[in-house]
Parts: sequence; structure tokens; C-alpha cells
Amino acid sequence: MKNLLFVALMSVISLGAYGAGGSNAPMDHIETNIADKESLQSGLALFSNYCFGCHSMQYSRYERVANDLGIPNEIFEENLLVGGTKIGQLMDISMSSDHAKVWFGSVPPDLTLSARLRSPDWLYNYLRGFYADEKRPYGVNNVIYKDVGMPHVLAELQGVCAEAPHFGGEITVDPLSGNSLNESGCSTYSEKGSLSSGEYDQAIYDLVNFMEYVAEPSRAESEIMGRNVLIFLAFLFIFAYLLNKEYWRDIH
Amino acid sequence: MQKLISWIDERLPIVEAFENHMSKYYAPKNFNVWYIFGVLSMVVLVNQLLTGIWLTMSYNPTAEGAFASVEYIMRDVEYGWLLRYLHSTGASAFFVVVYLHMFRGLMYGSYKKPRELIWIFGMTIYLALMAEGFMGYLLPWGQMSYWGAQVIVNLFGAIPYIGEDLSLWIRGDYLISGITLNRFFALHVVALPIVILALVVLHILALHTVGSNNPDGVEIKKVKDENGIPKDGIPFHPYYSVHDIVGIVVFLFVFCGVVFFFPEMGGYFLEAANFEPANPLKTPDHIAPVWYFTPFYAMLRAIPDAFLGVVVMGGAIAILFVLPWLDRSPVKSIRYKGMISKLALLSLIVSFVILGYLGVVIATPERTLLARILTAVYFGYFILMPWYTSIEKTKPVPERVTG
Repeated sequence: MKNLLFVALMSVISLGAYGAGGSNAPMDHIETNIADKESLQSGLALFSNYCFGCHSMQYSRYERVANDLGIPNEIFEENLLVGGTKIGQLMDISMSSDHAKVWFGSVPPDLTLSARLRSPDWLYNYLRGFYADEKRPYGVNNVIYKDVGMPHVLAELQGVCAEAPHFGGEITVDPLSGNSLNESGCSTYSEKGSLSSGEYDQAIYDLVNFMEYVAEPSRAESEIMGRNVLIFLAFLFIFAYLLNKEYWRDIH
Repeated sequence: MQKLISWIDERLPIVEAFENHMSKYYAPKNFNVWYIFGVLSMVVLVNQLLTGIWLTMSYNPTAEGAFASVEYIMRDVEYGWLLRYLHSTGASAFFVVVYLHMFRGLMYGSYKKPRELIWIFGMTIYLALMAEGFMGYLLPWGQMSYWGAQVIVNLFGAIPYIGEDLSLWIRGDYLISGITLNRFFALHVVALPIVILALVVLHILALHTVGSNNPDGVEIKKVKDENGIPKDGIPFHPYYSVHDIVGIVVFLFVFCGVVFFFPEMGGYFLEAANFEPANPLKTPDHIAPVWYFTPFYAMLRAIPDAFLGVVVMGGAIAILFVLPWLDRSPVKSIRYKGMISKLALLSLIVSFVILGYLGVVIATPERTLLARILTAVYFGYFILMPWYTSIEKTKPVPERVTG
């Protein structure tokens, strides 16, 4: 038994010997929850309305998204598919990369895998990181991605932050009122948006949650199957262990 | 059933083969936990072959289609995500078990006479496995696939006179391109698996000719009973087959934990930068090879001269081949070797692990200095071995195994 624990331990140590690396800019942290279908649906709505004009999700199919998010295919077709687009198609866009280069300086990246490429935290901070900067062609800059070519598409929701927002600071709570003192994100706005800062954060959370789902749509199935496989192996271990013990009784 | 077996056996000696390699192959009875990693590498090999075959059915080996076909496997192919994660996690698991298997060999002197050839076949497998891992890593055609391959193939360019032509010949192009991808695919799925399988057969045939070593480094064939069976030996089947099943289940538990819950393993089994398609015009900020190559990569970076760096990196692997002739100790196992051998092995492992870490992170002057020292320690283990194994005082080895 001691030996078996040792095998398990060695495997874990050798597999886990390398820790995760990280970006050095301070960031707010979120815990995504791909089981929250309501959040994923509102993320999809936000994505379709604000991002999908320029950014494709070319490895993902509409139908898969509809099924995984619990949206009936007819409703999805009526509300989210334009023109002759079929639900079995990939989520491509019609903007050509030649036009995109002229308009934005570079082609807006495909977003299917951006949550795995950049991390959900990065997206969450980036989308809340725009602020007014007159030196830039679209009048905004970003604290997470300096001099990014993308305009602040969500300005009608968030408004425009007057100065660079701060992220990842320690949140201290006023002991008398119970309010948090240094709110993360934007403190003053040069332009008002339709959402409050809390509502905007929630909207971005939903959007990032959706992007996290699209980056790896098999995650939910994997965790359910993984749990069953591990339970099976745990039972198999008992029998394997007893079989071995029975045979080795006569040795020594 | 019995009739069928005897029908076949009259035409092909299957009973004899089963006896020679399983039911009448006598293995020492004192194997400890370190002896599980050989069979585990077989398990991983089978996993890689099976999942690999199914991945090939949906993979598209072209520069235009490779990245998208991997995502197609991940999304549209039934259980494609599972096949892909089993294969990608299996690649790392292969190196984990092979490194531990090699460490076992170092610890108990399994490379020493009469097992030199087993060790050489094993080292050749390791070499083929590195080529297999390297070429397989290009196939997803992500940014890190592309630039990792670019860096490694360029290393050959550091060889004087023939270097440039050699790296051109390997790539088949002036830079890594669809042509390189196609040939790496051919080598990864056809040529190298055949080589590896053949070498595994040789490795095991050679092992079963001389018999297994054990933690005491005692030759069990020296003490036989009246039937010519080693007194400390037990039939591999059923004793070690039932034993190995337990080890395999424990391994699978850990392995499946990674496959189903952490297939990226914090960016070390699947690097984040590889979720972006290869772009020959955009070099990533930080190019790090996959973890199993990083000890050698750290040595390469530690040497200021490019060609010398390649020589040191190649030498670090080549020197392992001559290990059986560097060890002059009268005993095999670390249990009966002296203190210097124990410290030498410990420092080898420590230097290898730290070099592995240094190969992942960005080089700074302090880290480069540390990498140089550890490279010297690594080579010291081998180069000084003839000296320290012959002068140190060893403990007496028992006649029989010690349980």
C-alpha cells in the first residue's frame, strides 16, 4: 500500500513540478462558471451585438452553441442568424481581411480560442480597460493592451473612462460603512454609458464566460465523464489490489 | 480452445513464446515500486498508437488546414476532444515514466554488465521518442509549434560547413513551411512509430535473455534450485502481471485526472501560445520548448557559443550511451555503493530538475550562471564516474536478494 501511494505521489509531483506562469500587469480575477447558462446566453447576446461584426468564431458552429446553451434551434435561427446563414455553419464573418487592415491597421483576431490563448482574467480586464486618449485614432487606449487598434465598441454601455483604470488592487473595506473603498476599475468617466459600473462588470463577466465556453465546449462533458472514470478506476483498484494480494500470499 | 491452441502451436511456437516471456520468465521477487515504470511506458505507448491512429483519421497535414482540423477534432468529431487530450497528455506522460524508468536504471545499476545492450536499446528508444515528440509538436501548427520547430531546426545550422545545408535539408524549405509539416507528419505517424516498436521488441528480448536486475543488484541466476529455477525468481505471470495491474490502475487514475480535468497542465502540456495559428511573420515574446526538452535547452542557452552549445546539448544525451563503461564499481545497486556515488546521483537529479526549470523561464545573467554550474554538475556525474566508482569503499553484496 505504501508503495502504491508512492507511485501516485511521484506521478503527481512529476506532473505538477512546473507551476503556472503569469502576466505581470495587475489584474482583477474572476472565476468563470460555464454551467451558468443564463450568464452564457447573455454573453452570447452581447457577443452577437457588439463583437461579431468584426471578430469571427470560425472554429465553432452555431448549432453546437445553441444546443450547449439550451437555446431551441428555431429561436436561435430566428433571432441570431441573418440572411441565408444555416445553423450548421461555422461562425464566420463577412468582413474581408483586406478591408479590416485598412480600417483598423490589423485584422481583428478570431475569438474562438482567445480565452485559452489570453486567459479569462486577461479578457475581463482588457474589456474593462479602455480609457480616453486623444493621441489614438479612435480616441481610446487600453491599460491591458497598450495602443491596441480596437475602438471602444462597448462605450455606449460603459461610457468612456477619463483616465486609465486601475486593476488588481487590494480591496479595502471602510470599517464604519462597510463599503469598499478603492473600487477596482474606472473612477471617473468623461462620457456616461447606459449601464452602471457594476452592471457593466457583470455584462463583461457574462461575455468572458461565454468566450471561455466557446474556447473549449467539451469542458462540461469532460468533467462529468472524468468523474465517472475516476470512480470506476477507484473500484477497479480495490479488485486489482485484492487480486494481487491473493496471488502474492504464497511468496516469501 | 485447447484444440485451437495446439493447432496453432504446431505451426507457430506460441506456447513456448508465452512460457519464455511470461509464465516461465523468472523475475526477481524483490522488485519495488521503481519497477513499475517499464510497463507503464508500454501502456502509454499503446495509448499513443491507438489515439494517434484515430486522430490521423480527422487530421489534415497542411499548413492551411492543420490548425482548423485540430479544432474540428476538438469540436465536431465524436469524442475527438478525448482522443486529442489522451494523445497530448500521453506525450508528456511518456516522458514522465521514461525519465523515472531511466532513473531506476541509474539507481540500481541496471545498465551494468551483462545488461549493456538493454541500456543502449533503451537509450535509442529515448532518442527516437524525443524525435517523435518534437515532430508531433509541430503538427497542431500553432504559434509555439511553429517557432519551437524553427528554433530547434536552426540549431543544426550552427554546425560548421554543413550546418546550413543540413537544416535546409531537414526543413525542405528556407523556413518551416507546409512542406516541413508534411514530412514531419510522415515521420511522426509512420517512420518513427515503426522504429520505436522495433526497438521496444529488442529492448525486451535482450532483457529476457539476461534476466531482470533488482534493487539489490544480485544476479538471481547464480543461485538455482534442483530444477534450474532461480531460488529468488518468481514467474512473471501471474505474479508480476497481477502486480502490474495495480500499478497501471494507480497510474491511470492520475493520468485520467489530468486528461479530464487539467489537460493544459498549467500551460506545460499544452502551451497557451499554441492556441493561436502559426504565423511566420510574428515571433512570440518567449519561446520555450515543451517541458521534457527544457533541461537540454537550458544547457544549450548556458553556452555562449552556438556551435559549442549544440555540442554540449548533444553530448549530454550521447554520454548516456557509454554509461555502462564508465561505471567501474564492483557492485551494481546504489544500496551497496559508497557515499560518493550516492551524492553524485543526487546531484545529477537535482541539476537535471533545476535545469528543466531554467529552460522554461526567461534567461537572466544569474540564471545563466546557475545553468553553467549545473551543466558542469551534470557532466561531472558521468566524466568523474570512472574515478569515484573505483576509489570508493563499497558494502558487501549479499548472496541472495533481501526482500
